[in-house]
Amino acid sequence: MIELESVAYSYGGGELLGDVSLSLAPGSFHFLTGPSGSGKTTLLKLCYGALVPSAGTVRLFAQDRRAMTRDDVAMARRRIGVVHQDCQFLDHLSVSDNIALPLSVSGRDLLAEEPNLRELVGWVGLKDRAQARPPELSGGERQRAALARAVIMSPDVVLADEPTGNVDWEMSQRLLRLLIELNRMGKTILIATHDLALIRAAKAHVQARVLRIASRRLQFAGADL
Amino acid sequence: MNAVRVMLVGDAQADRVVPPTGFTAWLTLFSAGAMAFLAVFALALSLATGRLADRWGNELARTATVRISAPEGQMAAQTAAALRVLETTTGVALARALSDAEQAALLEPWFGPGLPLDQLPIPRLIEVIETGAGFDPQGLRLRLAAEVPGAVLDDHTRWREPLARAAGRLRLLGLVALGLIAAATAAMITLAAQAALAANAQVISVLRLVGAQDGYIARAFVRRFAARGLAGAAIGTVLGCLAILALPAAQVEGGFLTGLGFQGWHWLWPAVIPPLAGLVAFGATLTAARRTLEEMP
Repeated sequence: MIELESVAYSYGGGELLGDVSLSLAPGSFHFLTGPSGSGKTTLLKLCYGALVPSAGTVRLFAQDRRAMTRDDVAMARRRIGVVHQDCQFLDHLSVSDNIALPLSVSGRDLLAEEPNLRELVGWVGLKDRAQARPPELSGGERQRAALARAVIMSPDVVLADEPTGNVDWEMSQRLLRLLIELNRMGKTILIATHDLALIRAAKAHVQARVLRIASRRLQFAGADL
Repeated sequence: MNAVRVMLVGDAQADRVVPPTGFTAWLTLFSAGAMAFLAVFALALSLATGRLADRWGNELARTATVRISAPEGQMAAQTAAALRVLETTTGVALARALSDAEQAALLEPWFGPGLPLDQLPIPRLIEVIETGAGFDPQGLRLRLAAEVPGAVLDDHTRWREPLARAAGRLRLLGLVALGLIAAATAAMITLAAQAALAANAQVISVLRLVGAQDGYIARAFVRRFAARGLAGAAIGTVLGCLAILALPAAQVEGGFLTGLGFQGWHWLWPAVIPPLAGLVAFGATLTAARRTLEEMP
C-alpha cells in the first residue's frame, strides 16, 4: 500500500530523515515513536504524499510519488485518512460539514451518504455536537471529529499524528479504541506518538509493530517496549 | 464537459468551502461595477463617433459645390453654362444655383441679416448632388475650365478626409478604451483573487489533505469571483445607462456632445458588458487560481 525505500528527506540544507525503509501492509498496525522534532511528522507527510523525498522512493498504492501529479496525489489521499495533531478544520463550517468534506471533494452524493454520516458522527460520540463549529469543540471532540473525517471515505490506511496529544488519558483510550476498531475492520493504521503508555495499552489489544526514529534513522523497537 | 457543467450550475457544498471574504468581495464588486460604468461610456463614445463618421462621410461625399466668380455682366451666362455642363455630366444627380435668399442665409452668421447681395461682388454658388456612383472630379474640373472660366469645383474632399479621419480615430479610441477597461478589470480581479487565495491558504491545505483536486479548489474560488464580476458589472452597466439617459437630448445645435449615447438597437450593446465582465473575471480568477495552486506545496 505505502512503501518507503531508502528514503531521505532534506530541508534547508539539513537532512531530517535518512535511509528510511518502511512498508505498510494491508491490515497492519504501527506505532511511530521518537522524541519531539525527530521527524515523525515528516515521515507521516512522506507517507501521504505531502512531501517528495530528496532521495529514495516513496510508493503510494504502487505509484512512484515522484511521477505523481498533484491530482494523482489527491486521488491517493482519498484512500488515506489523515488525523493531524491540530486537526485542521474549516472553522466556518459545522462539525458535520467538516466530517463530510472528503465526500464533497470527491463528488459523492451527500444526500445518499447522509445515513452513513449520521452513523459515523454517532460512532465518534459527536451526535449532539454535529452542528457546532470546530472552535466550539473541546480538544478530545476535535480529535474525534478529525478521526471521523479521516475515515468517512472508508480509506485503506489511517495515519494519525499525535492523535492523543491534546486529550486526557480517558479520551486517549477512547480514541485508541476507535483506531483499534478500524484496524479490526481491515484498515492499516500508523500512529505517530511519543506517548509510550498509549502504545503499551494498545499492545494489550492489537498486534502492533513499534517503530522508533532516532538520529534521523528509523529503527524497529521490537515487541518489547 | 462535466467540469463546464459544474462550473456553470455550481456545487452548493463546494461553494461553501471558501469562507466569506468581505474585503475582496467588495473590491471585486466595486471594480467590476466601476469598470462597467466606464465601459458604457466608452461604448457610447465609440458608437457615437461611428455614427458621426458615417454621417459626415455620407453627407459630404454626396455633395459638391461649384463657385462662379465672374464680372457682373457675365455672372448669369457663366452660371447657365456651368449648369449645362453639370447636367450633362455622368454621376451628377442634381445641380441648381442657390437663390439670393439662400446665399444671404449662408452669409448671415457672419454679416447679419439684410445683406445687400446685389451690391457686393459675391460669387454665385451651384449646389451639386451626386448619384450613388459619384462623378469624376478631375474630368469635371477640366470641362468647367474649358467652358466656364470663372467656375471652381469644390468636391469637399479636403474637408471630408480630415473629418472622417478624426471620427475614425475617435471610434478607435473608444475601442481602445474598452480594451483597456477589460484589461484593468482582469488585473484588478486577478489581484483580488490572488489576495483571497493567499488569505485562504489554510483552507486550501485542508482541502488538499482530504483529497481535493486542483479543479475542485479552483472552481470554489472561480465561481465566486465570476459571479461577483457579473453582479458588479450588471450594477455598473445599469448605472451607466441611466447616466447616458440623463444626458441632454441630441439636437442639431448641440452637435457632437449631446449626441453621445445610444440610438435604436444600439441600446442592446450595453447588455453585452455584464456577461463579458463575468467572462473576464472567470478567466482572470482561473489563471490566478492555477498559478497559486501551482506555487502552493
